Amino acid sequence: MSPPAPSPLALFWAFTHLALQGFGGVLPVAQRELVERRQWVSREDFLSLLALAQVLPGPNVINLALIIGDRFAGTRGAVAALAGILGAPLLLVLVLAVAVQQVQHWPLVHAALRGMGVVAAGLVIATALKLAKGLRGNALGPALCALLVAGGAVGVALLHWPLVAVVLGLGGAACVWAWLRVDRKGADA
Amino acid sequence: MSEAARWTTIFWGAGGYDPSQLLQLFWHFAVLSLLAVGGAMTTAPDMHRFVVNQHGWLTDGQFAASVALAQAAPGPNVMFVAVIGFNVAGLAGAAATLVGTLLPSTTLALAVARWGRRNGQSRGLRAFNTGMAPLTIGLLLATGWVLLRPSGGQWAALALAGATVTLMMQTKISPVWLMAAGAVVGMLGWV
Repeated sequence: MSPPAPSPLALFWAFTHLALQGFGGVLPVAQRELVERRQWVSREDFLSLLALAQVLPGPNVINLALIIGDRFAGTRGAVAALAGILGAPLLLVLVLAVAVQQVQHWPLVHAALRGMGVVAAGLVIATALKLAKGLRGNALGPALCALLVAGGAVGVALLHWPLVAVVLGLGGAACVWAWLRVDRKGADA
Repeated sequence: MSEAARWTTIFWGAGGYDPSQLLQLFWHFAVLSLLAVGGAMTTAPDMHRFVVNQHGWLTDGQFAASVALAQAAPGPNVMFVAVIGFNVAGLAGAAATLVGTLLPSTTLALAVARWGRRNGQSRGLRAFNTGMAPLTIGLLLATGWVLLRPSGGQWAALALAGATVTLMMQTKISPVWLMAAGAVVGMLGWV
């Protein structure tokens, strides 16, 4: 983590660029652009920032842009990142909304949207699998990590637990356990 | 429709200029903003109750189409909020719902991020990050599952999703091309 901090303008263009690539969600692109291509944040860092962005209320990827922008260039960076990730996509989606009103009865439009939805699911799953590599070295250990991944996925997707309960219950318990483990590790080091 | 009426609809919606409606939209979405712990999409059912059931500003079909349209366009998923606002009250409605959705949560996120940075090495924040990281991955997998559900588990959809995962893991291909392929597969009627 030593490359020079990007300027507000660089943040604006970077987030505009990644937002316009993000069909069916920007998170997979954000991970690829910020971690792999530009190398502004490490994979472990990205996972930490994403955890924070996801636990805070509000759109995850917007929070992520805000936090990364603020971290590199303060309030101006946060505003620049936010303007980048929202500006061009908002313009596009509103133009599209007007256009689709004219053709919304075409069956082919619905069919295309269905196929794109399936690909969007694949993109999110791939992001999860890539981020899972960052769990190596997590103080909770591999078994407990696997249990938490499975608990979060099965609880929300199959058992329809409310997200607040999952985050506060499962996540809270994991944080308390981590609090004990992190200290012990810190004492060793 | 006359040219003037068309522009009125684009700027203010089919109902024309209605400041009280805009204020209601803004306020309701601002309250939901702080409840969106798992992202904006988790509050969509509440938006539906408010816009469709309570006020009748949109039909069920219009609401669903708004969400689908935003997901097909590039950009953050939260854009579905702007499309709902647009379909209720034109561009003014889009501004009301999007600003309402973003203002409270971004203000909070900025404050918490700064507190976190000043206390970055604190035991509490490290524990928080360590504990939440696996759950984050679990919730992303759950999102993938939810997005797959409309396809009803048919083998062609699972194969398409599996191919997407493999290509994203093994190659540097841009997701844009995968979305285009998904659109073609959909139009061919395979999923």
